[in-house]
Amino acid sequence: MLIKIKKPWELSENDVTSVGNYKTRRDFIKAAGIVTAAGMMAPYGALARTLTAAANPYDGRDIKEELTDKRAILGYNNYYEFGMDKSDPSDNAHSLITVPWSITVDGHCEKPGTYGVEDLIDFNALEERIYRMRCVEAWSMVIPWVGVSLSEIIKKLEPTSKAKYVYFETLEDEAQMPALLRGVIKWPYKEGLRMDEAMHPLTLMAVGIYGETLANQNGAPLRLVVPWKYGFKGVKSIVKISFWEDEPNTSWMRLAPHEYGFYANVNPEVSHPRWSQAKERRIGDFSRRPTLKFNGYGEEVASLYAGMDLRKNY
Amino acid sequence: MIKDFKRPILHLICLAPSLWLFHQMWLWYNFAPHSLTANPIEYITDFTGDWTVRFLLISLSVTPLAKIFKFKILKYRRAIGLYAFYYASLHFLNYMVLDYFFDWTLILEDIFKRPALTFGMIGFTLLIPLAITSTKSIIKKMGKNWIKLHRLVYVLTIFAIVHNYMMVKADVLIPIIHASILTVLLGYRVFSYKSKKSKRSNKQLSGDRKHEAIVS
Repeated sequence: MLIKIKKPWELSENDVTSVGNYKTRRDFIKAAGIVTAAGMMAPYGALARTLTAAANPYDGRDIKEELTDKRAILGYNNYYEFGMDKSDPSDNAHSLITVPWSITVDGHCEKPGTYGVEDLIDFNALEERIYRMRCVEAWSMVIPWVGVSLSEIIKKLEPTSKAKYVYFETLEDEAQMPALLRGVIKWPYKEGLRMDEAMHPLTLMAVGIYGETLANQNGAPLRLVVPWKYGFKGVKSIVKISFWEDEPNTSWMRLAPHEYGFYANVNPEVSHPRWSQAKERRIGDFSRRPTLKFNGYGEEVASLYAGMDLRKNY
Repeated sequence: MIKDFKRPILHLICLAPSLWLFHQMWLWYNFAPHSLTANPIEYITDFTGDWTVRFLLISLSVTPLAKIFKFKILKYRRAIGLYAFYYASLHFLNYMVLDYFFDWTLILEDIFKRPALTFGMIGFTLLIPLAITSTKSIIKKMGKNWIKLHRLVYVLTIFAIVHNYMMVKADVLIPIIHASILTVLLGYRVFSYKSKKSKRSNKQLSGDRKHEAIVS
């Protein structure tokens, strides 16, 4: 059995007030069994083993935060490909087909090609990470993700020395995504990270939430989670990973360059031009709470931005 | 006996969205299932803001509809305008109390540093004198000045829609629709004002000719 040492960002489950909906490990193993029966075979079955291994009382930081209600995580989403209202993705995303799924890898790397989810994600090495998620709209959640460090995937793809940035793309398919026709954003949805951000151990490629595989509206079958950045950096339902020499022009930068920058680090001192980022409303709370710089992960990531003017590089 | 049975029905219709909202808030308060999403305060902000603009546009539509279709609805215009103020007040109170809970540093920063909020505040501020001067006795006292003052409603509706347009994150469809409706309503005003003016000058012109004829 795996004994895992908790890293400081992994809020211990002991620190988290349990939520009625959260599946116990036993329930989870059952759920995984059903998934296997549905034909997804070994990878998803392996999820349960990892969760069993995830039990560890150690937590480097003393944070006591409640997990966000599963219903809110499933029902309150920004996924414009399925509609503009927060409830649209949960209403419409059933039309997304996630099996089979393929991810195109290209650019400056030794292993370009087309991959399946299980080619990139080692389902025997899944970790549960409880992260804060701060939306640029000044609301936030605490989400128990399941996934692997993005760095594990990048290492497999062997980027060359020319690869300075990693670029991601969401699926663009009008047949599966009804709201694409509205053209609010120039599809497909594009995101990117600097290589050191992508390689940071906090950066997660998630395949699950609350011990289950991702719901479509949460970005199934695999999505990015960068907990110290605003939520929109967490590109969903990824079909393309590219290694670039130049900084990618991401979807929100394209839409409103003076409002959304490439870095999009959570920063209470740098306001959105139209609203303050000093405070946020945790979903389920009544009043706002102060927003933490780098969403509370400054100890781990602030050094990535040493010497940079965060007002200019928003 | 009620002279005008339509009036209470009108009040009920105008109050309905807020009554629904209060009911949903009551459910939320009691941890019962409600329709305010996982982020109720944001939902209330959007809901009350949308209804403010809708009532402003409805109140501006009353006169054209009455004149074009000869509907006898002019007497309801004032009430509808006051409902716009009612929803605007709910919108403002939600922002001050539920959303920011009198966090003056943030509120003042919002109002003075962010144009989107500034426009909203200007719009709401302009609506206040219109609401105050809506009693019969004040209307009588003010006479023609009342009409002049209440022309502010065009200006403040523009502010309200610009505020909405600027606050939206990406999807500007609704504010664009509102702006188009306002453009049509303003266009009607300009058109009817111009045609009135030209009629008047025509009359004057023909009067002058008559006068000339007499003189010559």
